[in-house]
Amino acid sequence: MKAAQSTQIDPSKKPKGNREKRRTALAAYFFVSPFFILFLIFGLFPMVFSFYLAFFRWDGLGEMTYVGLANFQFIFNDPVFYSSILNTFIIGLLGTLPQIIFAILIAFALNSALIKFRNTFRTIIFLPYITSVVAVAIIFGVVFNNQPFGFVNYLLSLADIEPIRWNAEYWPVKIAIATMVFWRWVGYNTIIFLAGMQSIPKELYEAAKIDGATISQQIRLITLPMLKPITLFVVFTATIGSLQLFTEPLIFLGRNLREEGITMVAYLWRDAFVYNSFGTASAAAIALFFIIIVLTVVNLLITSRMGRSKKVG
Amino acid sequence: MGKEKNHGKKKFSVQKLFVYLFLIAGSLASLFPFYYMFVMATRINREINQVPPPFTPGADLVSNFQKVLNNIDFFGAMWNSFFVATTVTLGTLLLCSLAGYTFAKLEFKGKAFLFTAILVTMMVPPQLGLIPQYYIITSLGWLNDFRAIIIPGLINAFGIFWMRQYIKEAVPFEIIEAARIDGCSHFRTYWNIVVPTVLPAFATLGIIVFMTVWNDFLWPLVVLRDPSMQTLQVALRSLNDARQLDYGMLMSGTFWATVPLLIVFLLFNRLFIQSLSEGAVKS
Repeated sequence: MKAAQSTQIDPSKKPKGNREKRRTALAAYFFVSPFFILFLIFGLFPMVFSFYLAFFRWDGLGEMTYVGLANFQFIFNDPVFYSSILNTFIIGLLGTLPQIIFAILIAFALNSALIKFRNTFRTIIFLPYITSVVAVAIIFGVVFNNQPFGFVNYLLSLADIEPIRWNAEYWPVKIAIATMVFWRWVGYNTIIFLAGMQSIPKELYEAAKIDGATISQQIRLITLPMLKPITLFVVFTATIGSLQLFTEPLIFLGRNLREEGITMVAYLWRDAFVYNSFGTASAAAIALFFIIIVLTVVNLLITSRMGRSKKVG
Repeated sequence: MGKEKNHGKKKFSVQKLFVYLFLIAGSLASLFPFYYMFVMATRINREINQVPPPFTPGADLVSNFQKVLNNIDFFGAMWNSFFVATTVTLGTLLLCSLAGYTFAKLEFKGKAFLFTAILVTMMVPPQLGLIPQYYIITSLGWLNDFRAIIIPGLINAFGIFWMRQYIKEAVPFEIIEAARIDGCSHFRTYWNIVVPTVLPAFATLGIIVFMTVWNDFLWPLVVLRDPSMQTLQVALRSLNDARQLDYGMLMSGTFWATVPLLIVFLLFNRLFIQSLSEGAVKS
């Protein structure tokens, strides 16, 4: 391919001939083909096959038996399935809402003009993000230990509160997992918000200060409106991230994943790889798929209603 | 007027104090789990199980790590993680930049459609195909084989998008045209002109990909069952799954698994933060 092209191009003209066009197209298809080949095998085909598999009983090894809608009936009659949806939403909300609020506040503090050691603070606050989820879940598993010597229980005992069984009770499980999510992601979002804030013209704040605006007024009237596109991005990624929550509950609760803390991805993982029930796991995957579609559409509707931005996109 | 100015300054310093207190509190909350992990990694279970739990480092850092080494092949797992992450990163950089160059600079039929298709694939949550993916890997005979991680890991829609944006801005058409006229093939133009120009984009994307693969858990957990093939994250989890938890050993494993990443991060701190925020803000 290399040698053939070199002699045929007229140096005085732009390469415009049909042959040249065809060659370029060929090279182009060749260059982008790895992505599409791999995506067909490892992305699209599995998706489609999931839909197929949801109508079969299969243990991953033996024969597949067609069972119609039985898998869907099974998961829709399984209270744990509903718990997994509810848990995903509750933990997602508990983990991300405070996270976004804190991230904006910290970013605002870091962005204020007279702060020294800004880079040091920024580095420290970002640090949790580079830690692996597994490490985070293990550390917080020890921090939220059920026993009186667990760190959080010890703190509570100082306030005369009885030890809480963090990995076994309805709200404590969710709070513990949401804390892991919060801790790992707040710094990352801070950096995103900070990047957004630094692109807001300083003059706006100066004008506001001259007009006597308080800090909270500056946040409400300048920072937040200007950050809208970034906020949408963060909400979008946080939503997707919450729906994919898996590692934290698995490490924190162990492979049997108690009902109080099981999430949707954890539910389908357990069905498939602990119970060897690939059919019901696929049915759960389909359900998750539709939930994600609905949330994505809602997200996109909100985004387009709020107007496209120059910054994101 | 002077009075007003004074008033303004005074108000400012109270706010400043508040801001500092807030940031210091945030930093402590950020650092504390790391410190606590270190403390636990230096203690034996008997000390950890006391009320109140210890808050200062003890003397068992080395012996706890010895126990980790007795339970899992720690350095083997670390090597596995390193090998897999490096391979995926290099492969992704090559494929993404090649595709990015194609979408940025070459004209061909169906370009707009193909590019849109790539962007749409970003919306697909990877977990949904988990079971068939596992089935494909099994049929290919890639269970307990690094190919199971590396080959599917090379698809990266975000990477293509990212490289296309960068190449579009950083490489002028004239240079490419000149190279073509001088007789360079498309690949040589890419290799000799585009690649050297977009090295910063390689660094950024490389960091993102490496971190993602290094920290990935679900997929390696599913396809790498053999202990000798496990990545660090999966190996750590098997420490956590023991019936009788030895907290000192567990935290020692987590601690030593975190330290290398911390060192790399502190060395390239600026590049790290910049690349991740750029990657996010632009996507």
